[in-house]
Amino acid sequence: MTKTFLLTVATVFVMAATPLPVTSQTPTQPPTAVAPAANAGDAENGKRLYMTQTCYYCHGTVGQGAGRVGARIGPPSRALAGFIRYVRRPSGAMPAITDQVSDQDLTDIYAYLRTSAPAKNPKEIPLLNQLKSPGQ
Amino acid sequence: MATIREPVGRRTFLQGAAVGAAGIVAHTREAEALPGAQQGGAAPVPAADRVEVFHTDRPGADFMVDVIKSLAFEYVAANPGSSFRGLHESLINYGGNTAPELLTCLHEESSVAMAHGYAKIEGKPMLVMAHGTVGLQHASMAIYNAYCDRVPIYIVLGNILDVAWRRNDVEWTHAVQDCAAMVRDCTKWDDTPVSLGHFAESSVRAYKIAMTPPHAPVVLVADAMLQEEPMPDADRARLHVPTLSRALPPIGDSGAVGELAGMLVAAENPVIITGRAARTPNGLALMVQLAELLQAPVRDERPVVQRMNFPSLHPLRGGVVEEADLVVGLEVADFYHQVHALTPENKLGMESRRITRAGAKTATISSHELLTKSNYQDFGRYNEVDLAIVADAEATLPSLIEACRKLITPDRKRLFEQRGARLAEAARTAFDLAMSQAAVGWDASPISTARLSMEIWNQIKTEDWSLVSDSTFVLNWPLRLWDVTKHYQYIGWSGAYGIGYGAPAAVGAALANRKHGRLSVNIQSDGDLNYAPGILWTAAHHRIPLLTIMHNNRAYHQERMYVADMAARARRPVSRSEIGNELANPFIDYATMARAYGVYGQGPIDNANDLGPAIKRAIDVVKRGEPALVDVLTQPR
Repeated sequence: MTKTFLLTVATVFVMAATPLPVTSQTPTQPPTAVAPAANAGDAENGKRLYMTQTCYYCHGTVGQGAGRVGARIGPPSRALAGFIRYVRRPSGAMPAITDQVSDQDLTDIYAYLRTSAPAKNPKEIPLLNQLKSPGQ
Repeated sequence: MATIREPVGRRTFLQGAAVGAAGIVAHTREAEALPGAQQGGAAPVPAADRVEVFHTDRPGADFMVDVIKSLAFEYVAANPGSSFRGLHESLINYGGNTAPELLTCLHEESSVAMAHGYAKIEGKPMLVMAHGTVGLQHASMAIYNAYCDRVPIYIVLGNILDVAWRRNDVEWTHAVQDCAAMVRDCTKWDDTPVSLGHFAESSVRAYKIAMTPPHAPVVLVADAMLQEEPMPDADRARLHVPTLSRALPPIGDSGAVGELAGMLVAAENPVIITGRAARTPNGLALMVQLAELLQAPVRDERPVVQRMNFPSLHPLRGGVVEEADLVVGLEVADFYHQVHALTPENKLGMESRRITRAGAKTATISSHELLTKSNYQDFGRYNEVDLAIVADAEATLPSLIEACRKLITPDRKRLFEQRGARLAEAARTAFDLAMSQAAVGWDASPISTARLSMEIWNQIKTEDWSLVSDSTFVLNWPLRLWDVTKHYQYIGWSGAYGIGYGAPAAVGAALANRKHGRLSVNIQSDGDLNYAPGILWTAAHHRIPLLTIMHNNRAYHQERMYVADMAARARRPVSRSEIGNELANPFIDYATMARAYGVYGQGPIDNANDLGPAIKRAIDVVKRGEPALVDVLTQPR
């Protein structure tokens, strides 16, 4: 197995790839280089990509995360450039998505994740607020 | 119809050339009661009108039932099979179908998994009957689960060893030279008795072996000839059911226990990791005693919580292995991976590094090494530890606690109290973090597993409840947020990740809970239920109260993630990872499935606000003594 060593800087776990209808015998195409801007994404397309490219497997449909399986990414806590850099050079359990998904696709996904509602305060959720805490 | 008592051996002859099947199997006493029955001295019947029929006065299976009853089994789970038909009949007629009561299962895997769940609540085995060939083949995965999970199951297999006894092709294909060979690598003991006396002795021996820690399944073959042939007259007087001897579990050597106590008392930052440490409610109480005495943190083995070892909201729940100067594993199945991490995590291969700090000590108390076999690899990596006590942890805890108590000085006690205060603060911080994480995606559709868990908790928190399912696939939310204090409130997982365990184990555990009046709750994975959904009918047929909440993520999700991972590594599209993994298109309607099996069913529910009322309605059904199922469309995890 060929190993690729990449610089890892954070713990976000994102899976995304181009939606190419290819078989395992079909060479994948390198992504088109795009210089993304933070507000340039298409959130609607990003949602579609987020689902079809299986990001939700590990991060949940609204980016809420799934514990050790995948970190919370919605809304994203980092800037777009950092987000894309992490997808290319992830740490933790996430495999690197290096040349299958375009920067524009990631920009759209990022735009979708920015539409995620901020987390509620657990103190404002009756079912959570009623819980005993350790030692209580 | 005349009955002529003209025995050849214990056979009798009935008059009439065309006696039907009912006549052929009629019991002697019934035949004697028929109108017109004649006693000896009647006129001879012409030979041409005689039909040989077989009556058995006390078949051997009756004695087998005597033996079985002596072992105090409550239930016997079985999918019916001809190779144990004699024992089946004796259990329900001679034995009165009580202690044990026969449970009708629709698959042998369900029989064994049901016994698996039952044993985790009841602390003793259920009897399972199966064909020695095709039945055991069905049952084998569940036996492997129980073996890896160190759970006692008592399995009786039917077989026809004597070639002259096999009446047709079916009985030839259902016969086997060595029944138990197929599962010998994942059972603790087996035997093939050749006489009733042999059966009695081996039955009691098998029970003792299964119930001496480490617990595990055992197999006994009940040959059909022994079941069906009459007990020989000569044997009746001398057949004896041996008394079950009390067997104490293996306790750690006192010197080694003293050494471990010294390590624990001297440690500044010990961490205790529990796997299957608490076999019984007493084990849980002992774990709390040890932790509170030392003010030491206790955490569960990762990634799967094997047993209810420690209260979920206890202030000493926690511990960071990386910061510890002593890590102690108690019945941990995979201790190696508690103190090592793969490096790097996102690459294939088995490179790993130890994560404990330099100079940190490690020790284990485990009975796993007392049941190590060669073929299946459940023994895990070799552990380089400073002290390995090969013994049952729960049985060793009293002497370990006492040894620690003797070593604790006032200075150490003060230090322990300070440590306890720090740990309590850390536990509260971890709990607050868990609450914050649970709040993310609270209103999402599909419904988050945190919301699912909390809606269940809200309905059961004032009941005497028992979670009879694993919580791994719902991110262990119940163990992180619910107030879990009793041993029966969590029963762990399958043992070997053999999917298909969940639903039948939940039904078996719920059966054990029934007599205690507990509300049994099963968070049920969709993939698991589809292996043998007939267990729903078993629950309905035997009126086993069980609340099943579907975690319906519409996929074999773990495998879906793996395939996506493989695709990403190979630089191929991850979008195709649904192929072979999804459980959608068409949608599987579990509420309808439940109703088809006679179980109350509702759903699918995809709006989180509808969930609480739906669970409440289902609990009302369960409180009437019936099973109920609520289908919930959930997030993947």
